Amino acid sequence: MSTIRCDIVSAEEEIFHGTVTLVVATGEMGELGIAPRHAPLITRLKPGQVRVKLENGDEQFFYVSGGILEVQPQVVTVLADTAIRAKDLDEAAASKAKAEAEKLLANRTDAMEIAEAQAQLAQAVAQLQALERLRKNLKH
Amino acid sequence: MAGTKEIRTKIKSVQNTRKVTRALEMVSASKIRRAQDKMRASRPYARLMRQVIGHIAKANGDYKHPFMMERKDVKRVGYVVISTDRGLCGGLNSTLFRKLIAEIRTHQQNGVEVDIVAIGQKAATFFRRIKVNLVGSVTHLGENPQVAQLIGIIKVMLDGFTEGRLDRVFLCYNDFVNTMVQKSTTDQLLPLPASDTLETAHDWDYIYEPNAVEVLDSVLTRYVESLVYQGALENLASEHAARMVAMKAASDNATKLIGTLQLVYNKARQAAITQEISEIVGGAAAV
Repeated sequence: MSTIRCDIVSAEEEIFHGTVTLVVATGEMGELGIAPRHAPLITRLKPGQVRVKLENGDEQFFYVSGGILEVQPQVVTVLADTAIRAKDLDEAAASKAKAEAEKLLANRTDAMEIAEAQAQLAQAVAQLQALERLRKNLKH
Repeated sequence: MAGTKEIRTKIKSVQNTRKVTRALEMVSASKIRRAQDKMRASRPYARLMRQVIGHIAKANGDYKHPFMMERKDVKRVGYVVISTDRGLCGGLNSTLFRKLIAEIRTHQQNGVEVDIVAIGQKAATFFRRIKVNLVGSVTHLGENPQVAQLIGIIKVMLDGFTEGRLDRVFLCYNDFVNTMVQKSTTDQLLPLPASDTLETAHDWDYIYEPNAVEVLDSVLTRYVESLVYQGALENLASEHAARMVAMKAASDNATKLIGTLQLVYNKARQAAITQEISEIVGGAAAV
């Protein structure tokens, strides 16, 4: 029986890799079954199950909250998302990040000039260096 | 015995400090391992992602995504700065900021404006105080950062780039080299550096669902996200390593200080005893 390599990964971990005879996933345009020697294909996945059929006939299920499925002659790659993604959800996350920044800026005491910050940093670094020197002296 | 009591209290207090620094050191030492494991676990994703992007670029030569196109004149750049949430980690954050500030300064001298998004409490408070354009921030990622926490601020930058407000986006973080060495690094996020050598393509193209543009768009977005996520993990490992080293140095210093104080204490005690004896002897002689 012909087989194909399959990798399922998310940004946070490797979920599955091995040799399979069939991969079934929920593409954006509908359910997909990928058998070995499928034509090259790339699609986005909808949240749902990815099912792989192993060589010995066993099946394994993985849940993905979306992602991308790529089919190459020798390999099927699933790049799974770790979070539910939707345009408006992303939008909300972005505006939250912005709001966070605005909140920070709202209660900023007074805008320092870069030069001033540089001076403060230099001071901190000098202190660190002084500590370093002290540490060395102590060793002797 | 006047001085001895004070010295004893001082020794006690240094001992207490040492207890704290020891504990912090050991906590960080155990956390480094986990952070490194996470770093390793996230690598396959980035690798496969690069592979897919390479395939798409090879298969579909005529369409070029804006993320991959270099812009000629740069008027405004963005920085994604990753810092720690907590202090007591040596010079980790200040080295990064110092390097960054120098870069910002050159940009401003060339008339290029700078937008910043801050990840981590330290960057947020730092950039709040200086005159830069802070457009987004997220703090308290914790020990277990998740991509979901980063989506928002990355989108702020990506949108800025797509809409033409930003012409270049950089990522600043501390690269974890090993426990002793963390390197403050600035990588270019956008436009994505062109992938150099692609093997000669045989004639084929993908079946795209729904279409090439949309698929490429989400692949590249995910790719940038994975880069930032990777940076956050590197920075987390760096934080623990730097803290461990700093706290080890602090514990060692405390030990040394205790030694010195003990010596002073013994001397004072000895002097007091000698004085007492000579007083007794002197008194006995007088009788």
